[in-house]
Amino acid sequence: MSGIQVNQLLTDNRVIIFAGSGGVGKTTTAAALAAHGAQLGKRVVVITIDPAKRLADALGVGGTLSNEPSRIDLSAPGELWATMLDTRTTFDALIHRYSPTPEQATRIIANRFYQNISGALSGTQEYMAAEKLYDLYNDSRFDLVVVDTPPTRQALDFLSAPARLTRFIEHPLYRILIAPANAGLKVISTLTQPVVRLISKVIGAQALEDTVEFFQAFQGLDSGFGERAAAVEKVLHDTLTQYVLVSTPQPDAIGETQFFADTLRKQKIEPALLILNRVQPRFTNNELVDTQSIAAEDLALLEENLAHFHRLADAQDEAAEIFSESAPRIPVVRAPFSAALLDDPEKTLETLCSLGALMARAD
Amino acid sequence: MDPNQFFTASRVFIVAGKGGVGKSKIAAALTLAAQRCGLTSLLVETDGKPVPSGISSLSLTPPEALREYLDTKGLGRISRLMITTGVLDVITSAAPGIDDLLVLGKIKHLERSDAADVIVVDGPAAGHAITMLRTPQAISDSVKSGAVRLQADEILEMLRDGSRCQVVLVTIPEPTPVQECIETAYALEDEVGVKLAPIVVNQVDTSDLLDIPLSLPGHSALAQAAEFRNAQILRHHTNIKKLEEQLPLAQLIVSDLAACTIEIIADQLLAAIEQI
Repeated sequence: MSGIQVNQLLTDNRVIIFAGSGGVGKTTTAAALAAHGAQLGKRVVVITIDPAKRLADALGVGGTLSNEPSRIDLSAPGELWATMLDTRTTFDALIHRYSPTPEQATRIIANRFYQNISGALSGTQEYMAAEKLYDLYNDSRFDLVVVDTPPTRQALDFLSAPARLTRFIEHPLYRILIAPANAGLKVISTLTQPVVRLISKVIGAQALEDTVEFFQAFQGLDSGFGERAAAVEKVLHDTLTQYVLVSTPQPDAIGETQFFADTLRKQKIEPALLILNRVQPRFTNNELVDTQSIAAEDLALLEENLAHFHRLADAQDEAAEIFSESAPRIPVVRAPFSAALLDDPEKTLETLCSLGALMARAD
Repeated sequence: MDPNQFFTASRVFIVAGKGGVGKSKIAAALTLAAQRCGLTSLLVETDGKPVPSGISSLSLTPPEALREYLDTKGLGRISRLMITTGVLDVITSAAPGIDDLLVLGKIKHLERSDAADVIVVDGPAAGHAITMLRTPQAISDSVKSGAVRLQADEILEMLRDGSRCQVVLVTIPEPTPVQECIETAYALEDEVGVKLAPIVVNQVDTSDLLDIPLSLPGHSALAQAAEFRNAQILRHHTNIKKLEEQLPLAQLIVSDLAACTIEIIADQLLAAIEQI
C-alpha cells in the first residue's frame, strides 16, 4: 500500500468508518487520518464516540458536551472539526425534528420509557452514531466525515442499526401497540390484547404501560423515522463510503478483525484498508559493535533483549500474514507504537498529525 | 493475604476492563486460581466468546438468559412464541437495557443457588461493562413496579453487597488505560455502589533496567532495543505509581508480555494475592 492510496482514500470519499474491537486505538487512528485529510486540503469532521480524556482535549471536545462540531486550531490547507457523540441530545433533536407539534415533542421527551432508552442504556448509541453521521454527511461545511464506531458487543451493530429501527416500526406488534391511539381509545385497552398481556407478564405491567404510552405519543413520527433510517442505510452502503479496519498485531486482535471483515463482506462491503496499529519496531542496524569493551554479562543481557524484540516483530509479521492470507485484497498499513503519543499531552495534536502523515507514507 | 480468604470474600467476581487489556484471560486465570485453592469455581462468559478448556464454565447470552428466566416462571411456551414471532427482537430493540438485566439476573440466580464457591464473570467487551452495571439502577429509577422492577432491585442488592459481589478491574500500565481505570473505579463506586476488589495490572514489564555501556554505538540495534526496553520499563513503573497514588486499592501485578498461558497467569495471580 503506497501513500498515494491512503491519500486517495481521504480525498476521493465522503465517509470513512473505522471499525475494530476495543482498545486497538480506533479513535486515535481515526483522528490521525482525519488530521491528515485536513493537510490534504479537505474539510474534515471526525465523530468520536468515547475518546480518552487526552485525545478529547487535543480535539477540543474535552470540555462540556456539545453536539455541535468545533473547529480545531490546526495550520492546514483544509479544516479539521471534531464532535463527540451525545446520544441523548441527538435523540432529542430527532424527536423535535419529526414531531408535528412542539407539545408532542415535549410529551415524548418527558416519557419515562423514552428517558430510559435515550439515556444510559446500550443499543441507542448505535442508532444515534448512524444518525449523527447522516446529519454531518448532509452538512455543506464538510467534504469528509470520519467516524469512530461505538464499542459494541456484536461486531457491527452500528451498520444494522437503521435496519433494526425500520424492522421495529414495521413489526405487527408495533401496530398493535399504537392501535388504540388511532381509534381514540385509552392506553389500557391495548393492554387487554392477548399478545400484549403476555408481554406484560414478562416485563411488568407498568413498564409496558410506559412503553405503550411512548409509542402512542410517537404516532406520526414513525414514518419520518422510517424514511430517515432508510436514508442513513443508503449512506452506509454508498460507493463513496469506505470502511477502515483497525487492529493491533496480536493474534487475538487479528482474529477479531477477521471476524469484522467477514461481517462486512456479508453486507457486501469490502474494507478499504487494515491499519495495523502499535507495531513494535524491529531493530535492524547490525553494524559491528566492539563487543570487547562490554562486560560479557551485560552483553548477554543486551543480546537477549534484542532477540526479544526480534521475536515480537516476527510474531507481529506472522499475525499480519495470517490476516493477509484470509483477505488478500485488503491492503495493510502499519502504524508504529508511539510513545510520544502517550508521553506529552501538550503535543498530542502535533503527534496525531505526524502519525497521520506517517500512515500515508507507510509501505 | 491468604488466597483462600481472597476468594471467599464474596461469591461473585465481575471482571471489567477496556478492550485490549486481557480481561477475558484474567477472568479465566482467576477461575483457575480459585480452583487451585480447593474451591469450586465457575467462569461465566457474557459476550459469546469461546470458553477455555480445563475450567468449569458457562456461556451466557441475553436470549439464553431470557429463555431460562421464562422457563423458571413456567412461561416456556411464551418464550418460544416470542422468539419465533420476532416479538423478542422488538422488545429488545425497544428496551435495550432488558438484555443486560437478563444476564445480571441469571448471575444473581447462580449466586443464590450456590452454583459454585466462586463465580467469575467475564463482563461484556469494551466499555460496555459499566453501562451494564448501571442498568439495574436505571431500570429501578424508571420502572415503578412489576417483575422487571423486582428483578432490578434484587440485582442492585447483590451488586451493593460487598460480601456477595465484587468487581475486579483490569488495566495495563499505559497512561490512557490507567486514567480510564481510575475514572471507571470512581464511577462504579459512586454510581453503582459496588465493592472493588484489588486491581489487576496486566502486561507489566517487570524486568530490570538494562545497563547501556557508553562504548555501545547509539544507533546500533543493541543500543536502540535496550533504550526502547528501558523506556517501557520506566513508563510502566510511572503508571503503576500513578494508579497507586490515585486509587487506594491493592494491586495484583501480572507480567503477561509474551502471551503466556492462563496456568502461568493463575500462578502469578496467586503469588500476587499472597503479597497483599
